[in-house]
Amino acid sequence: MARDDAVTIAIDRIACDGRGLCAELLPELIELDDWGYPIVAPGSVPPQLIDDARRAVTYCPVLAFKLRPATTAESRASAPARQPLVARQPG
Amino acid sequence: MTPTRLLAGPAIPAGAETIADHRQRLGPRPRATRRGELTATLDRSGLLGRGGAAFPAARKWAAVADRADGDAVVLVNGAEGEPLSAKDQTLLTARPHLVLDGAELAAEAVGAARIVLYIGGDHANAVRAMQRAVAERDMVVPTRLVAAPPTYVAGEESAAVQFVDGGEARPTGVPPRPFERGVGGRPTLVQNVETLAHVALIARYGDAWYRDIGSGPTRGSALVTVGGDVAYPGVTEIAYGTTVRDLVAVAGGSVDRSSTAAVLLGGYFGGWLRAEQAADQPLDPRSCRDAGSAFGCGVVHVLPAGRCGVVATARILDYMAGQSAAQCGPCVFGLRAIADATARIAAVGTARSDDLAHVVRWSGQLAGRGACKHPDGAVALLRSALRTFTDEFDRHERFGVCVEAGRQGRAA
Repeated sequence: MARDDAVTIAIDRIACDGRGLCAELLPELIELDDWGYPIVAPGSVPPQLIDDARRAVTYCPVLAFKLRPATTAESRASAPARQPLVARQPG
Repeated sequence: MTPTRLLAGPAIPAGAETIADHRQRLGPRPRATRRGELTATLDRSGLLGRGGAAFPAARKWAAVADRADGDAVVLVNGAEGEPLSAKDQTLLTARPHLVLDGAELAAEAVGAARIVLYIGGDHANAVRAMQRAVAERDMVVPTRLVAAPPTYVAGEESAAVQFVDGGEARPTGVPPRPFERGVGGRPTLVQNVETLAHVALIARYGDAWYRDIGSGPTRGSALVTVGGDVAYPGVTEIAYGTTVRDLVAVAGGSVDRSSTAAVLLGGYFGGWLRAEQAADQPLDPRSCRDAGSAFGCGVVHVLPAGRCGVVATARILDYMAGQSAAQCGPCVFGLRAIADATARIAAVGTARSDDLAHVVRWSGQLAGRGACKHPDGAVALLRSALRTFTDEFDRHERFGVCVEAGRQGRAA
């Protein structure tokens, strides 16, 4: 479904230092490569993960994690949320 | 098959065509107006950028013209950092006024108050020819020449802008793009020198003339650099759609299984094709992309039989890893790791058991994860090598056998 308010994750690759907080906060959409740098699932952020994505924006220590409005093509294809490797504790 | 458009006129070795000869041969430069007819003519011509990305020129011009409420800048990109390419320096050295005509037309069409000539500093003949050519004519707007550093990424748009503004020639990546905010903060049209030379002719003869040659999906002509196992390496002009076989024949070579291992199209951002795939491959951006390769900046490099594609690929990847702007983690660590693992596979007997598996996995992870397309280009080349030289990689990895081993053994 295309959503007007759909957003996509945009990493500032020059600023990104591979701290990995985004993968902890948003494991459904972020995995880390062998050197700790994020690999982002393609497409827009599914609605149920928007809050987690916003937390990643806030807590990225180098402010490299950003959200931008999705393009039409991206908003049609919501990112398939992967199962997190480790179930998160509520709270 | 060899049209003479950009390279019409005096022989290339004769050096720079003078302004007098240029005007006598082609007539005066037509004028263009802001957002005027020329941009529409370029759009109809289908002219694609010749720096390697094949982006439609008219769309770039419109983007700059539409955004410039004040003055824009035209950045003439002749950095040509691709080691296998010589077409830009050849054009600048032999036909400087064709490029300057195009630059002036662009300045008029996008409303630019300045032109910056960004020319590879190690291409001394090109720099000298452009300096002389600028002195020979009254440029329509102030024009200065900036010598580009001899690195692979120096020609990337945002790196060029940053260097011209006094910074390092490293990509900035994140928006704004140069067409929004470029040199001196002004909207900037960054256009390859060959693209501008085509503009100089399209402005004179029209879009129908431009489209009159070429076969297949892309019309017009293109400069190409042919190298490797050919008798006469160098720069020539082809109609789009010319096959690799026909081009290599003109350069005094052949493309067949007995004499050719593979052909690299598009340069270090391009892709390998087996001799039997390459022979009938039409040379134009879409056909090359559909074949899993790239037209890129027009490089056609012939790897002869008896040479190993794994070894050749390892050398290119090592160079590309060394040419990283060293800003983004995936490029700094990932591309270097890929290059090192491929080098161990190439030097038989040194590969670790998981090197090939790592290279395959990492090659799928790098694209789109840098501020510029440097890692994307490098892994595109690698993936084409993994497809083209599957057997060679396998023999290197499992049996420690290289087709060049005999040569190396004899040489030692």
